[in-house]
Amino acid sequence: MTTAVAASAREAGDPQLTPPRAGAKRRRWTPYLLLIPGLLWLTLFFIVPLVQLGSASLQSQWPGAPGYYYRDVNVGNYVEALRTYGVHFLRSLLYAGTATVLCFAVAFPLAYAMAFKAGRWRNVMLILVVAPFFTSFILRTIAWRQILADDGFVASTLRAVHLLPGGHITETWVAVVAGLTYNFLPFMVLPIYTSLERADPRLLEAGRDLYADRFTNLRTVTIPLAAPGILAGTLLTFIPAAGDYVNAELLGSDTSTKMVGNVINSQFFTVLGGYPTAAALSISLMILILVLVLGYVRRFGTEEVL
Amino acid sequence: MRRARSWVSDNIAMIIAVGVLVYLFLPVLYTFVFSFNNYRRSNITWNPEGSPTLKHWANPCGAPGVCPALVESIKIGALATLVATVLGALIAFALVRYSFRGRSSTNVLVFLPMATPEVVLGASLLTIFIQAFRMDLGFWTVVIAHIMFCISFVVVTVKARLQSLDPRLEEAASDLYANPRTTFMRITFPLALPGIVAAALLSFSLSFDDFIITNFVSGNETTFPKFVYVSYTRGIPAQANVIGFSMFVIAVLCVIAAQVIGSRRRGATA
Repeated sequence: MTTAVAASAREAGDPQLTPPRAGAKRRRWTPYLLLIPGLLWLTLFFIVPLVQLGSASLQSQWPGAPGYYYRDVNVGNYVEALRTYGVHFLRSLLYAGTATVLCFAVAFPLAYAMAFKAGRWRNVMLILVVAPFFTSFILRTIAWRQILADDGFVASTLRAVHLLPGGHITETWVAVVAGLTYNFLPFMVLPIYTSLERADPRLLEAGRDLYADRFTNLRTVTIPLAAPGILAGTLLTFIPAAGDYVNAELLGSDTSTKMVGNVINSQFFTVLGGYPTAAALSISLMILILVLVLGYVRRFGTEEVL
Repeated sequence: MRRARSWVSDNIAMIIAVGVLVYLFLPVLYTFVFSFNNYRRSNITWNPEGSPTLKHWANPCGAPGVCPALVESIKIGALATLVATVLGALIAFALVRYSFRGRSSTNVLVFLPMATPEVVLGASLLTIFIQAFRMDLGFWTVVIAHIMFCISFVVVTVKARLQSLDPRLEEAASDLYANPRTTFMRITFPLALPGIVAAALLSFSLSFDDFIITNFVSGNETTFPKFVYVSYTRGIPAQANVIGFSMFVIAVLCVIAAQVIGSRRRGATA
């Protein structure tokens, strides 16, 4: 067995990239040899940690010894965590959902212009979309705090026309949603652009030739063509946004805009004995997102996502 | 008037697009402007008394901790990129070029880390490092974590490139009596290379900019994003703005250079 593996390991550096032909028995092993290192890594540092997190979410605390736990099946951790922090869950979903919708509204015209209107400026625009990424996202979020600050241009203008009832933008949910929208926007633009770029522009012309007005053309031709990109983009925006805590931490308030990510973070690091609660919240968040994603993909999905 | 209106309606998508690009760059501009701030205590507000200064640009390592954090981030990013690109590209080759049992479960396993929020990844890694592997948190735990979340993105990127290649090119090579090794080295690998390079660049930027997972598993190790986040409460030194903006300029120059080289090569073959 070991010699067989060693012998075929020599082949691993020499992947045979033609489809396997009949009679080439040793080639059956090649795909597995290519997969083993990567999948081993994912198993060891993704699957096993999740299982361990699941078991930590069921641990109980030794009475009278905060911070020390023993193995248990304490489902009460989940009940307690969801009862106390259910509102943070809802808030995360609401903020992430709103940010995803806003991202789509902003990203679609940009992707459309890049794919069909930009001509030779297309690659320049592509670079411009990705470029802000390279300034650290924490720095950019802090820059938003400066832009939206009470004495900044945006807030003072809105105050001057009496459109800012509370007097602040920072420390409110508006700032958090704005930050989420900004930070994950490129994740929405790029997939939509990719599917529009692949689309045949003649289909759009055909729509126009058949006397479809602009809105009909958009609804019946352009958006269906972009559907795989929209699906991927909404997932790539919603998932990280729902688990984010940096925006809520830097742009939001200490009390009313905390998201579930903030709770998980603080239960892990600052609350003594918060470990099982944090683990239970993490597992619940993961399950919730998987259920939402599966439902969403099943409803709108294509094979292309996986 | 009417002509103006029709110009606007013809170019409405482009007008919105330019607006969105401005919006994307607004915080970068702020980062740039505040790198010249002659502040006394905190670099959050512009100091109206001091005139703009170049002193932070003259001495980018002047603030304690900035440059060591940057060096750590680059080391972690390079290591994680190297390993993740190799492991991920191998998976992508297997998925595109072979049909085998367990293919769809491999796809699911690759997709799952991307569908998991970063807090959950960070929390689970912290748990396993502390409770089971009993590793000391630091440089290596960060590298391990970064490799893990980069692999999936590498697989997706390289897979897309391989799927777009014409399989007849490889068939032609083997028809011309090239053995599998030669076919791979002379045909498949060069054709896949742009995808692999793109995947490596993506990995590096994901690793370099990661904060949430890093914060969970880093212990006392300080990366650049962590440095910025931690120093936020005390006031971020303008040197961080200098470095952040320089990274942006370097990355844009790299992308432009890659574009120019790519289009030249395409021009040469055409």
